[in-house]
Formats: sequence, C-alpha cells, structure tokens
Amino acid sequence: MIRLFANANYDFIKWRRVAFSVTGLIMLVGAIDLVARGLNYSIEFTGGTSVQFEVAHKVETANIRAALDGVGLRGADVYNFGSDTSYVVRARLGNKASEGDAGTQAVADSVAHALDQSVGPGQYHIAQQQSVGPKVGRELQGKALMAILLSFVVTLVYLAFRFEWRFGLAAVVATAHDVVATVAFISLMHLEVSLVVVGAVLTVVGYSLNDTIIIFDRVRENLRKYRRQNLYEILNLSINETLPRSVLTHGTTIATTLSLLLLAGEVIRPFAWVMSFGIFTGTFSSIYIAAPVLLWIEKRWPGEDARGARTFGTRAPAAPAAPTPPATPPSSPSARTPQPAR
Amino acid sequence: MGKIRQRLYLIGALIVVSIVALVPRNVKQRVVDQTTGRMKDTTVRRLPINLGLDLQGGIHLALEVDQSKGPVPDCADAIQRAERVVRTRIDEFGTTEPVVQVQGRCRLIVELAGEKDPARAKGIIQRTAFLEFRITDMKNQFKDALPQIDAVLRKAGVKARGAATPSAVAQLFGGDTSKATRDSAADANAPGVLSSLLFQGQLPGEYLVPEEQWPLVDSLVQRPDVKAAIPRGIELRWGAQAESRGARAYRALYAVDSKPIITGEELVKAVARRDPVTNQSIVPFQLSHRGARIFSQETARHINDYMAIILDGRVQGQPPVIRGQIGANGQIELGSKPLQEASDLALVLRAGALPAPLTIVDERAISATLGADSIHDGVVAGVVGVVLVIVIMVGYYRLSGALAVAALTLYCLFTLAGLAMFGFTLTLPGLAGFVLSIGIAVDANVLIFERIREELVHGKSLRLAVDDGFLHAMNAIVDSNVSTILTALILYAVGTGPVQGFAITLIIGIIASMISAIFVVKTLFLIWLNRRPDMVTLSI
Repeated sequence: MIRLFANANYDFIKWRRVAFSVTGLIMLVGAIDLVARGLNYSIEFTGGTSVQFEVAHKVETANIRAALDGVGLRGADVYNFGSDTSYVVRARLGNKASEGDAGTQAVADSVAHALDQSVGPGQYHIAQQQSVGPKVGRELQGKALMAILLSFVVTLVYLAFRFEWRFGLAAVVATAHDVVATVAFISLMHLEVSLVVVGAVLTVVGYSLNDTIIIFDRVRENLRKYRRQNLYEILNLSINETLPRSVLTHGTTIATTLSLLLLAGEVIRPFAWVMSFGIFTGTFSSIYIAAPVLLWIEKRWPGEDARGARTFGTRAPAAPAAPTPPATPPSSPSARTPQPAR
Repeated sequence: MGKIRQRLYLIGALIVVSIVALVPRNVKQRVVDQTTGRMKDTTVRRLPINLGLDLQGGIHLALEVDQSKGPVPDCADAIQRAERVVRTRIDEFGTTEPVVQVQGRCRLIVELAGEKDPARAKGIIQRTAFLEFRITDMKNQFKDALPQIDAVLRKAGVKARGAATPSAVAQLFGGDTSKATRDSAADANAPGVLSSLLFQGQLPGEYLVPEEQWPLVDSLVQRPDVKAAIPRGIELRWGAQAESRGARAYRALYAVDSKPIITGEELVKAVARRDPVTNQSIVPFQLSHRGARIFSQETARHINDYMAIILDGRVQGQPPVIRGQIGANGQIELGSKPLQEASDLALVLRAGALPAPLTIVDERAISATLGADSIHDGVVAGVVGVVLVIVIMVGYYRLSGALAVAALTLYCLFTLAGLAMFGFTLTLPGLAGFVLSIGIAVDANVLIFERIREELVHGKSLRLAVDDGFLHAMNAIVDSNVSTILTALILYAVGTGPVQGFAITLIIGIIASMISAIFVVKTLFLIWLNRRPDMVTLSI
C-alpha cells in the first residue's frame, strides 16, 4: 500500500509565527485593496442592469463605452465574458437609485439604447439580462449579511455544545480568519460578489470548520490517551496523524473545484475561484491558526478539567524537539486530574 | 451472514426506490401548437428532475405595487388581486409551467421557463384587468345555431375526432334536468363536429367540454367561419378553471350577450362573508352611483336570468341567478360552498374594480442556449472531477478505494433521486454544489480507511481493525457533516432561487454520502471479509 506521510513527524507548530506573518500580509494587502478599490458587488446587491450578450463579430468595447457615456451612464462597465464574442455591460443604479423602480427601468432602457447604437439593433443576442431595483438590492445585502452572521452564531452554538469552550474559540478564530482571507482574495482578484459567491464563502466556512473539527477531535482523543505530553506535542502529533486524511480529502476536493474552475464555464467561475481558495485557506487555518490559537488560549486560561481535555502541565518546551508518542498509553491517570467524564 | 443479508436488502431497496424515482415519466406540458399558435397540453417523457431558470432559460420577474403615484394603503390585498389577475392570464404565456406566487406580503413572483420575449411577458402581466358582468344566452340562440355551425365545419372539411356518443351524455347527466336529456337526444340526430364535443351544462348558455378536448374546441370556435355563424349578439367565453364532475375534468364554455350589463369600473367594494342567519357564504358588493342606476335598470329586465362574471375574458365561477332588482348594494350567494370560494370571488371582483399598477423590481432573463451551455459545461466538469476522484481513491487505497468508488456511484444515484423525489429544483450553483460534494463525499471513506490503517499498524486483526476503524472514525464524520449541513440550512433559509438550489443539493448530497460512505462501504467490507476469511493483508 502507498502511504503518504506515514508516521509523519513534522513540527508544524514551530512555524506558527511565519504562518501568521504570511497570512497577516495577505490580509493586509487585501484590506488595503478593499479600501482602495472596494468590493466588486454584483447588480443583485447594488441595483442596476447587467446584460450579457453575444455578437457574431468582435466589437470594440470602446465604442460601447462611448455609447453608454452618450446615454448618460458614466459608471458603466463593459468587459469580455469568457470569449471574444461575448460581452457584459453592467450599469449600476448610482444616483438613479433615489428614483426607485422608475430609475431602474430608465437604466435598463438606456443600456438597451446604447447597445442598439454601438452594436446595432438585432446584431447581438442577449444571453442573460438582469435588472434589479434598489429595494431588492438592499434586501439582498441584508440577507447576505444575516446569512454570514447567522452561520457564525449557529457554528458557535454547535461548537459550544460539542467541544469545550477553548476548542470552540480556537475553531471560531480559525474560521473567522478564513472569511477574512477569502474576502481579501475576492478583493484582490476583483471577483464579482454575487449571492452565489456569498454562498461559496459560507460553504468555505462549513468546510474549514469541518477540517478544524477533524483535527480537534484527534487532539481531544490524544489528550486522553497521552497524559504525559504537553499540548504543544499533542497538537503536533494530532496534525501529523491526520495528515494523510488531510492530503487525500483536500486532494479530491481540490480536484473537483479545479475541474469546476476550468471546465464549468464563465457563469460559475467566481464561485469556483472562491471554493478553490477557500479549501486552501481552510486547510491552512486548521493547522496554522486553530492549533496555535488553542495553544495560546490554553496558556492564557489554563484549564483544570476540560470536558475531554485535561490539565496541561508544562508549556511549550524550550527546544521543540520532535515529540515521540509513547508506544503504550500510560495506564495511571495523574492523581489530581479527574477522569474525563464522557 | 444474516446481518449482511439484511444490509443488502436495505441497500437493494434504496437502489430500487432511487431508480423508480428517476425513471423518465410522462409529464404533462403545455407547448405551443405549431398549426394554431395557441397553447395546448401534450405529454412529454423526460427525467423527473426540475431544472431551474438558469439551466433551461426563461424569465424571472418580481413585481410590487407601484407606489410612485401615491401610496397604496393595503399592498398585500393589491398583490393578491394582481396574483389573481396574472393567474387568469396564464394561458397567454408561451411557456410550459408558469410559476405565479406571492413572496412575503407585497411581492409577486412570476417565473416563465422557456419564455423568450421579456417585453411581451411584461405586457401581459402589467395590463390592466377588465371585469364585466354579462347575461348568459337565455334564449339558447347559440344552441339553435349549432347545427348550422356543424354544417359550416363539415363544409370546411373538419372531421369529428373521438366524438363522444350521446348516450355518454345521458349517463353523465342522468340525474340532471330533463332538459339535458332532451338536448342530448336532439344531438343524437345530428352528430356534428362541434356539437358532439359540447355537453349541455346546468344553466342556459352553459356547455361543458372535456378538459382534454378544450384546446381543440377552442381552435374550432376561433375559426373566422365559425365566428361568422354564431348568432349576432352572442359571444363565447371560456371558464377560468377546469372543474371536475364525477371522475372527469370539464372546462365550461359560456354563450353570453356580447354587451356587458356593467363593467368593473362601477364596482366600489366587494368582500367575502358568512351570512350569520343562514350560515351561507356570500359576497356583498357595492356599486358607484352611476353604476347603481344602470345596474338597477338592467337587473329589472333580467330577473331570473344568469349573470356571468368575466375577468379578462374568462368566466369566474358559475354564473349566479338574478333574483330581483339590484341597486347600489347587492350580494352574490354561494350557498353552502366554503368561505374560501367566496373570498376568491370577492378577490376577482376587487381585482377588476381596483386595478393594481405593478412595477418590476427584479427582472432576470436567461436565454435557453446559455442554459444548455451551462448544463453541458457543468456535466463535463462533473465527469472530469469524478474521474480525478476515482484515480486518486483507487490509486491510493487500491481495492478498498474501488469499494469507495462503487459507493460513490450509489451516492450520485441517491442524490439525484433525492432531488427528483422531493421535487427540488436543480440550478447551476446546485450543479456546482453536486460536483463539489463528490469531492467531499469521499472524505468519510478517507477518514475510515485512514483509521483502519492505523488500527492495523497497532497490530489489530483484520476484522477488529475494520470494525474499530468504522467505529472510531464516526465521531469525526458526524461532527464535520453536521457543521456543513448547518451552514447549508442557513443558506437555504436566507438565499434566493439559485442559492437555495445550491444549499439543497449540498444537504441532500451530505445525507446521501453518509448512507453510501458508511453503510454501503461497511457492507461491502463485511462481504469481502466473509468471502476471504483467510486473508492476512487488506488491500487498503
């Protein structure tokens, strides 16, 4: 049998400061980009009109842009969509938003007018068209925000129910990291933020949490099993033990998201980008965020008994030598620790 | 062995149920008749999976009451009236299964799969509703003209198709008025093209057409030569809905005066109520001053006549009889019919009286070609993804990986069957979610296999390693799947169409993967171990 990372013995936790720096840098760059450019919200959130159309022969986007300026849609975008003969025109509501749905209709009519002028009436085939009023846009913004907040609350409740609070807090920090990193990625890639992309972010939340839980499950189990080792060693041991699973599962999942990214067409591409990045960051955060944060929390608020955990005696060793799990779990529990009740 | 047999029976049953759920079946669809250009019902054989608008193309419209020209006090009522009106116009859309539904309180959603022309669809929806009251054909002028119409049709070369025999009519309305039997007897003498399709209803001017025949009858009565043969002063109007009489569904056709006695403009108010004395459902209504004057004159002339209530050219419910002269205030009695029917009639009256101007707040149009491209690309991505997963699993876990792959095919079957069985809609994000979930579905097997490997390393026997591997991996599997289901549930609760489709496929996918990865794979392992009790190493 092939065994990847069998009896792996890497000191993951040692690299936590490097990992923090790298992810901190990504987030910083993302935050700067976010402030400078802002997120690329889709029509669903901003209100306005977007038209995806196909033409037989390539047209100059400059002409379309000029025509859009001509009808008074200054902030409108024109860009290629997948192929040379497929374009998207997107006009946000802007100051028309105050006119409500009449303004929405006016923008939609202006876009149609500009296309007739620049491409020629009947010269283009509309593949997809969407007009959203300001009220629906605001509603969807609220819904998306609520979905993200709600998923955090539900996650917290579930973790509180399933794990001791230190574990839960560490998992939430890791998940929050994923959301921030994914938003930074979306901003840097200038991906269009639609409801579907918000859905992808929430799926990333679920996936990342799932991954963290797998490792924490093992940590909990090992804490009970190897009572002489400190948390630092236990964390490293658990990550190493679950490493083959991580590689395999992330391998199959990445295989599917990459095939979506490359083959499933332009419409679903932002979704596939977010999922691909999310799987990467979810894996990263389970190892380099969740575990070190748990270590830090434990240092700050040492636990006497932790429903499945136990007292952690020594802190991280001065020289983080490779931990060696004992071949047989020690049979006598330490005197001052009650047996975890489960 | 008995335990394995039980497991196999259960898996077999699941497979059978899934396949039955997925067998292509006859679905009634409305399609455009090429010859007449009107809608007709046909049955199509297709996979019973509903495709979302983004996959089959179509138009999605969200409408609200237009408040720009002054506030509308009760938007919920206005939207309900608008829904009623759009429903009566459903036949005008050139689409298979229009969806008309109220979302929240004050928003109307109209989804027209396959509709290509947004401007036309918007025109139909936003047109002002028109309500009128007309007296039915009391003198049976239309029936008297039937032989002549039959003759016209015979001359034009239209042949009677599947004409029902008069005896069937007699049976059908055997307990009815003696008049009906007399009429059918008269029909027996001349089995004409049109008259053989029409059954006399319970009141003068009412005819019933078997539901499956009504597109045919409609195409007949729309012919210019037939229209010319209908007596002057009489027009034909269809009933709004099919009604069942006995085992069969019928559509009512009414011959009515061509001049309405009053129109919806004169109506001020209409509500549904239950009469406290007689405990009957009634719809009291109130007319304007001008309307009251006209109505009292007309009703005085038509006492004991039947009055058809026509909204947008469709007769709503059975025409009530005029008992006496009615002025500004009248009421329609529905006898012992449920209050719901009275509310519906009141809604119709109000819809005609107070047209609700609708404004479009969200509009989405997707061409059918884009939808077809999306399906094609999504399927290609799915197949490639599956192949990659198979290569990874079999390459790494060998025979055990092959068992997982076998379970994966069952997983795909179960997921699709789940979508079909519960009537969920497959959208493009849903398709992506399905592909994604294939990658995630093997996670449970990976966890189990890794665990078994560890148990084997610890020196456990094959059998024990397999049992313990499944047992010990369960905690992690349940935990991780529950967290994903929770986020998917939130997505479903807050999301709209396409996103909900994604959440649904994810949820169904996770449940299906739990069944296939844990139960099915364990069963396969048990069979394998039983077949080879002498096995020392596991291909894992």
